[in-house]
Amino acid sequence: MTTHAIADTGVLTGRSLRHILRSPDTIITTAVTPIALMLLFVYVLGGAINTGSDESYINYLLPGILLITIASGVAYTSYRLFLDLQGGIFDRFQSMPIARSSVLWAHVLTSVVANLVSVAIVVGVALIMGFRTGASVGAWLGVAGILVLFILALTWLAVVAGLSAKSVDGASAFSYPLIFLPFISSAFVPTDSMPAPVAWFAENQPVTSIVNTIRALFAGQSVGGEIWIALAWLVGILVVAYGFAIAIYRKKLS
Amino acid sequence: MSDTAIRVRGIEKSFKDVHVLRGVDFDVERGSIFALLGSNGAGKTTLVRILSTLLKADAGAATVQGHDVGSEPGEVRESISLTGQFAAVDEVLSGRENLVLVAKLRHVKHPAAVAEELLARFSLTEAGDRRAATYSGGMRRRLDIAMSLIGEPKIIFLDEPTTGLDPQARIDVWRTVKQLADGGTTVLLTTQYLDEAEQLADRIAILHRGTIIQNGTLAELKQLLPPAEIEYVEKQPSLEDVFLALVGDTGEADAAENADAAADASARKEAR
Repeated sequence: MTTHAIADTGVLTGRSLRHILRSPDTIITTAVTPIALMLLFVYVLGGAINTGSDESYINYLLPGILLITIASGVAYTSYRLFLDLQGGIFDRFQSMPIARSSVLWAHVLTSVVANLVSVAIVVGVALIMGFRTGASVGAWLGVAGILVLFILALTWLAVVAGLSAKSVDGASAFSYPLIFLPFISSAFVPTDSMPAPVAWFAENQPVTSIVNTIRALFAGQSVGGEIWIALAWLVGILVVAYGFAIAIYRKKLS
Repeated sequence: MSDTAIRVRGIEKSFKDVHVLRGVDFDVERGSIFALLGSNGAGKTTLVRILSTLLKADAGAATVQGHDVGSEPGEVRESISLTGQFAAVDEVLSGRENLVLVAKLRHVKHPAAVAEELLARFSLTEAGDRRAATYSGGMRRRLDIAMSLIGEPKIIFLDEPTTGLDPQARIDVWRTVKQLADGGTTVLLTTQYLDEAEQLADRIAILHRGTIIQNGTLAELKQLLPPAEIEYVEKQPSLEDVFLALVGDTGEADAAENADAAADASARKEAR
């Protein structure tokens, strides 16, 4: 059963990756908004922002932009999952002798691949715009690891949204607050420039610790204790979202 | 193993306050076509979903191919195939890719060859590499049924297989169903069309308000009414007879249908 589960997940992941290849616009649109934000902040607003460091603003900005990319990209997972549920194809898979979890995992793995491609596009544009990093291979791997965890955590949230949505709009609407969250964090401006209550929120929400960790990795600095806070948030969200998703999935089948 | 392919005893199911199934009992003999007849909302789909392990019953028991649907769902899924009310095809993939996908998930050998053979059998070879989204309703249903045959399941559930199809596509589906039963497959189909049950089924059960109110062969059901009186009626062709005579038989319709569906699809594209 388990070897089948892996093979079945592979087959189903191939299916949804093919969906993406046939509508590559989903990857492009995922990358377009963050790129536009990056252009806006670097070339229009950035000159007036004092980050309090000697780093160029694009170096300061990129980690937050990558998180926004992922936050908007995962909306496609709930969208695709919702469409599967709407059509009969989901029922067909469920009535076949395949591991039921592979249907969800296929969507999740597809999300990881699609979002990493979008992230790569955004990083490519950032490099053109002057982003530079002296990060070692290990630091790059660290960044990639954190981003994959972030994708997994948000994708399982997306699965919850996709499974419980009543309409297509509802399925993807959950991502709007996620996209907004980086704005109230250290992603664009230092938190100490904010009024006390806002700063308190910004400093204690997950995005800030994740952004600070990625920023430190890119800058080749020590990540300090921040990485543990970031990992705790990521694993915590992942576990809770996964639990909810599986519970809703089971309930749907009873 | 007995000659009973499906055994249903006292199945009940409620959704919130709505008591959809109130104790359903029937048996389906191996290799037969069993029609579950009922109007919309009678609980046909709910029953099929329970038998195909998509839903759990609140009470009662059902076995499919000797396996309990509640406690041995894995074994049940090995021996069944479900063709749901809405054509369960992946619209983004081509017909061929849909078949290969299911063949791989059913772990059959040579998925590509199986797909090729089924495309030919269901007159879809020409359309095989087009996206299923461009198919006509009848083609989509044929692909749907073709996908259900992969891995040669012992039992096939067809939930309203001809709803929304034109008369020719309907006759196509009927022919396929008969061929399946001739080959030894057990078919349980639900329908709201009386003539469909009459045409196809070895036994017919009438599901009304959550219970089976009658279950028998067509002849048995007919005997429930007073014996027929002999009347002389001028034989008038039905509109269906006229329609079929005018447009020709079903077999040759396929090429035209392909062209038609392609034209539809390109028209849709232009409209965008």
